[in-house]
Amino acid sequence: MFRSVLGKTLGFVGYTVQYGCIAHCAFEYIGEFVVCSGPSMEPTIVNHDIVFSERMSRQLCKIQKGDIIIAKSPFDPNMNVCKRVIGLEGDKVCTSSPSDLFKAHTYVPKGHVWLEGDNLRNSSDSRSYGPIPYALIRGRVCLKLWPLHCFGSLSESPTRRIIKARSDSD
Amino acid sequence: MAQQAGRRYMRAFVSGFFVAVPVTVTALDRLAYVARVEGASMQPSLNPEGGSDCDVVLLNRWSVRNYEVQRGDVVSVMSPKNPQQKIIKRVIGLEGDFIRTLGYKNRFVRVPDGHFWLEGDHHGHSLDSNSFGPVSVGLLHGRASHIIWPPNRWQRIAASLPPNRGPLDDEEEEG
Repeated sequence: MFRSVLGKTLGFVGYTVQYGCIAHCAFEYIGEFVVCSGPSMEPTIVNHDIVFSERMSRQLCKIQKGDIIIAKSPFDPNMNVCKRVIGLEGDKVCTSSPSDLFKAHTYVPKGHVWLEGDNLRNSSDSRSYGPIPYALIRGRVCLKLWPLHCFGSLSESPTRRIIKARSDSD
Repeated sequence: MAQQAGRRYMRAFVSGFFVAVPVTVTALDRLAYVARVEGASMQPSLNPEGGSDCDVVLLNRWSVRNYEVQRGDVVSVMSPKNPQQKIIKRVIGLEGDFIRTLGYKNRFVRVPDGHFWLEGDHHGHSLDSNSFGPVSVGLLHGRASHIIWPPNRWQRIAASLPPNRGPLDDEEEEG
């Protein structure tokens, strides 16, 4: 009687550990569901949207300019930010706002990315805290899941802040 | 008969594979990791002879799951210069500390929120916060707790600040 209870408990614990590990591998290496909050990515992603962010691009270091990414906040590792990549390492980015008279540019240092939200007026991003290390990126947002009438992939950047490199054939 | 045994073996292998791989990967991600230390930036604590015989350390990932570190810990972080590389350095200052730097662009630095200041024990031969500034705590990978190879160097890595390398006490402000 006692042995059968022990056997069943061990079996239960074993299955829990196994499925927990499979779940961990799925969330770490395949993708995860994210609930977004805040106005910094409007109109592409609004408050309370649910998106799916895939991890494979980050693991293989294949994030590109114009991708929307989820990253750990540089000032609080327990918080995540959702922004668009405006420049990768070596790219030229514009640091002045569109209303400034004189345009200022800077180059993104090695191993870093420049992030900006789509809602430039209400977003705290690399324009205030500078470029962030590439390794803080967690995943690339590829699908919007909720609300259902907006289901599908996400649109391109509406802000036209991405500077295309002049020599694209290298 | 042989075909049945072969099929049974394949089924056992596949089901064992689906247990072993996720459990191992989860253990390496969440519990502990083993890494070889290369380079001379942490001499004399790690790799004291340099050359061919590199130390192998045990990185405790469970103790940094809430990003809690102490001054003097030897930690591994993802390099801010190269996202595919991990570097092992010592924590000299935490957020809010004032640090007197060795070769950084500013002589004194206040470590911003959510960052820490790392230095290798071998100053001058180390790519650390003195070159790229404070490092975000989100890049923390693990805490090096023990040296496990070579066997004559089995030891616990102690958390201790090197002499004269610590946060500055602001005595004038406590008046």
